[in-house]
Amino acid sequence: MNDQAQSTQYEDRPWLDPKAEPFIEIKGVTKQFGSFTAVKDVDLKIFKGELFALLGGSGCGKTTLLRMLAGFEVPTFGRLIIDGVDMTEVPPYERPVNMMFQSYALFPHMSVEKNIAYGLKHEGINKQEVGDRVAEVIDLVQLGQFAKRKPHQLSGGQRQRVALARALVKRPKVLLLDEPLGALDKKLREQTQFELMNIQDQVGITFVVVTHDQEEAMTLSTRIAVMNRGEIVQIGTPTDIYEYPETRFTADFIGSINMFEGRVVEDKADHVIVKSEEAGCSFYIDHGVSIREDSTVWVAVRPEKIMVDKQAPADGSHNVVSGVVQDVGYFGNHSLYRIELKSGRIVHVSKPNERRSSRRERGVEWDDEVFLSWEASSAVVLTE
Amino acid sequence: MRRRSTFTFSMLCFGFAFLYIPIFSLIFYSFNKSRLATVWGGFSTKWYGELFQNELIIDAALLSLRIAAVTATMAVILGTMAGLALARLGRYRGRTLFAGMVMAPLVMPEVITGLSLLLLFVSLEEMIGWPAGRGATTITIAHITFSMAYVAVIIQSRLSSMDDSLEEAAMDLGSRPFRVLWDVTLPIISPAMVSGWLLSFTLSLDDLVIASFVSGPGSSTLPMVIFSKVRLGVTPDINALATIIILVVSTGVLLAGILMHRQEQRRLRDEQMAYSD
Amino acid sequence: MSGGAHVAVSRKIEAAAEPLQGEVGRIDATGIALAILNRFRNAWRTVLILVPYFWLFLFFLVPFGIVLKISLAEAVIARPPFTPLLEWVDGTVLEIRITFDNFLFLIEDALYWTGYLNSLKLATISTICCLLLGYPMAYAIARASKTMRNIYLMMIILPFWTSFLLRIYAWMGMLNNNGVINNVLSWIGLIDEPIGFMHTEFAVFLGITYSYLPFMILPLYANLERMDLSLHEAAMDLGSRPMRVFFDVTLPLSMPGIIAGSLLVFIPATGEYVIPALLGSPDNLMIGRVLFDEFFSNRDWPVASAVAIVLLFVLVAPIMFFQHYQMKEAEEGKA
Repeated sequence: MNDQAQSTQYEDRPWLDPKAEPFIEIKGVTKQFGSFTAVKDVDLKIFKGELFALLGGSGCGKTTLLRMLAGFEVPTFGRLIIDGVDMTEVPPYERPVNMMFQSYALFPHMSVEKNIAYGLKHEGINKQEVGDRVAEVIDLVQLGQFAKRKPHQLSGGQRQRVALARALVKRPKVLLLDEPLGALDKKLREQTQFELMNIQDQVGITFVVVTHDQEEAMTLSTRIAVMNRGEIVQIGTPTDIYEYPETRFTADFIGSINMFEGRVVEDKADHVIVKSEEAGCSFYIDHGVSIREDSTVWVAVRPEKIMVDKQAPADGSHNVVSGVVQDVGYFGNHSLYRIELKSGRIVHVSKPNERRSSRRERGVEWDDEVFLSWEASSAVVLTE
Repeated sequence: MRRRSTFTFSMLCFGFAFLYIPIFSLIFYSFNKSRLATVWGGFSTKWYGELFQNELIIDAALLSLRIAAVTATMAVILGTMAGLALARLGRYRGRTLFAGMVMAPLVMPEVITGLSLLLLFVSLEEMIGWPAGRGATTITIAHITFSMAYVAVIIQSRLSSMDDSLEEAAMDLGSRPFRVLWDVTLPIISPAMVSGWLLSFTLSLDDLVIASFVSGPGSSTLPMVIFSKVRLGVTPDINALATIIILVVSTGVLLAGILMHRQEQRRLRDEQMAYSD
Repeated sequence: MSGGAHVAVSRKIEAAAEPLQGEVGRIDATGIALAILNRFRNAWRTVLILVPYFWLFLFFLVPFGIVLKISLAEAVIARPPFTPLLEWVDGTVLEIRITFDNFLFLIEDALYWTGYLNSLKLATISTICCLLLGYPMAYAIARASKTMRNIYLMMIILPFWTSFLLRIYAWMGMLNNNGVINNVLSWIGLIDEPIGFMHTEFAVFLGITYSYLPFMILPLYANLERMDLSLHEAAMDLGSRPMRVFFDVTLPLSMPGIIAGSLLVFIPATGEYVIPALLGSPDNLMIGRVLFDEFFSNRDWPVASAVAIVLLFVLVAPIMFFQHYQMKEAEEGKA
């Protein structure tokens, strides 16, 4: 009874369940190419049914990690375990894992149908079943009318769906996707993102996605691993990563953020006060960091969490600073302000344009002196 | 760019005139009645008739075609293997030497290749009794050796422009490396293999120097017969033979060109269609 | 390792068989068969490398060793016409006979080194002529419209597919005393006596330029066609006149094409035999012809081998350079 309750409690978040068995386990994996270390001592647990994203800039090792999962590279050190079986040295053609390539890698000399059926050809299944399974995935990705076409007769979006279908038809335990939306234009990318999530929901296969696009990672995935220089910097849900970055790298890499160097003047269990000369104010933050007083830390505030006003707020002891508007960028749904503080630092603030702007009412504009303020829960203290 | 085009365009015309006038004059004089090959004596096709009665030339032509067909086929097999070994199998011991040996026959002066192969055949015959004498077999071996280098270079360059992930995808979908080669790599490089075959065929058909070194009595190839005739001066029946060869080759090249152009057009149409629906 | 692979294979088979309960027996047999196949997984790879490797080793590398060996032997009237390198004397002493006489002979006799110099001179002049004619042609082709480009290219390649020998033969008909050029010139009234073009150095270099022109144009075209036109536009935008753009941008960037084309003309032209034999006179010797005659007319195999070895030494620097360059291109093409 109790167990049942627990398993429902963790249904959508198996990584929080201490008793859950990981589906993919990467244990201390390092990959060196000559003297270059592409992936450095990575530990990672991915659970069944997750849509897990590996996020990072180019050369951060995310693709190498994916290629090790697929079997194209063998780790220099460490083990890879998929569904309880050690796969470290198993060649790609014997792994229950399939990949969707960045270039899609559709065989140019085969039709859509033949491309999709290719992976089933050597599995020893009878023709009837091959036909049924191919028809089923063609239906799933809505390519029915294109089945007889060759890849060069398809548009980018259609090719992407063939590549997806070809990998799905094998019913892999894990589907690896290398920049799945990278080659599509912006509009198509948004639409395809949701299709991809729907399909994953329907087939229930664990997806591991490699991407350099943070928005893509945030919308698609259940959890994200942020990578930098071959190492995993932070693992967490999109909300965790965005709202509670653990390092300056993550804070800076995901979205935009204002970061100030400061000194801890008071560190209590329920709050911390940081004084920053760079910002010219002190920060009151409603969580403790348990660090020695007087040590140097960084305080980070997202642009959309800062309020701009021409009047000074009532309580002005913490979390308030004044500055002059340097620039206003109008983006339609929101506006971006660049505000210069007394210290000379530029702070970015974004504000949704909730009401239609009128010509009579004058909002915040160039050269206005303004007060910036934020709530005690908005800022994050970063120690490294 | 357009401003400079007058100069480059006139050079282009001059270059083409330089390339084609000798060929056209050759064709023109093949229909000359006069035995003096370059004095016009009226239209005639009698040299063509004489050509087909010349058994020496007909036999030599048949031998050359046979050697060329075997050479081209073997060169494609060996050259494709060499190209794959260079472009797809990564690093292994002796790769640098291998790459050097594949590339060298492309630029090696023919007299050196011919001499060295002849000396090899002589030494082999002395040591193991094979090849017994020289003739079509030794010519074919020599031709395969330099033709496979051309095939290997064509295949290697095709492979290096091919997306590696196609082969990885096949492997990912459960095919062992040999199956991948058969199902994906070979079908994709097959046009390059066809070009390699045609090139080897032509090179073999055209070779004089190497064949002269490694042939034996009674196995004279067509170029050898032509050479021994034209050394003595211009003869009208060789004009006729040249005209036939040029026409056959030109027709082949033109047809191939038109075919390729058609394919390209169809491809473009297909791509447009893909984006319109 | 192989045990591990077996386990992995059968696990994988089991995984695939999950929906097909009851067929376990068949599946297991397949698993064992696959594991056996696994052992031979890399055999085809070895075959792929070894077969062409062995062929080239036997028919390309070994022959050079033999040429070197014979170049160090003495000529005798026998079959084969040279002395052996190793010989058993009285059945107990192994005697190695090496003589450098053949090489000394090459130095002493002016025939040979004038042959080498002549070859190098003619190859150099022909290479420069090919470049001067080929560059503007390649440039014009690379800048033509797409349709015209393909037609021009086909016209460049077409003579290459027809017989080399017959194309040289065509020039005999052009250059003869009663050939096309002399006929035309006397018909116009420019000359009374035919000009003796045939059997001159001029005829040889004309023949080489003619035959090797496509080898110059094709690499140059490949290079010029790839060149980013926006570079030219940028240079012009920055105020360069077209001539300056050519010398500042196009020419330096097309250097790889120039090098490849020049080597492709220079190296084989140096050892050329057919062209000097048909168009040249017996006086202006080229080394390819010297070698051929030494071998077939004089039947002096050791001297012919020595001529070949020295020619190879002369050409080894350009050949190595060409190979290095080709491999670099091949690697870069991949990246």
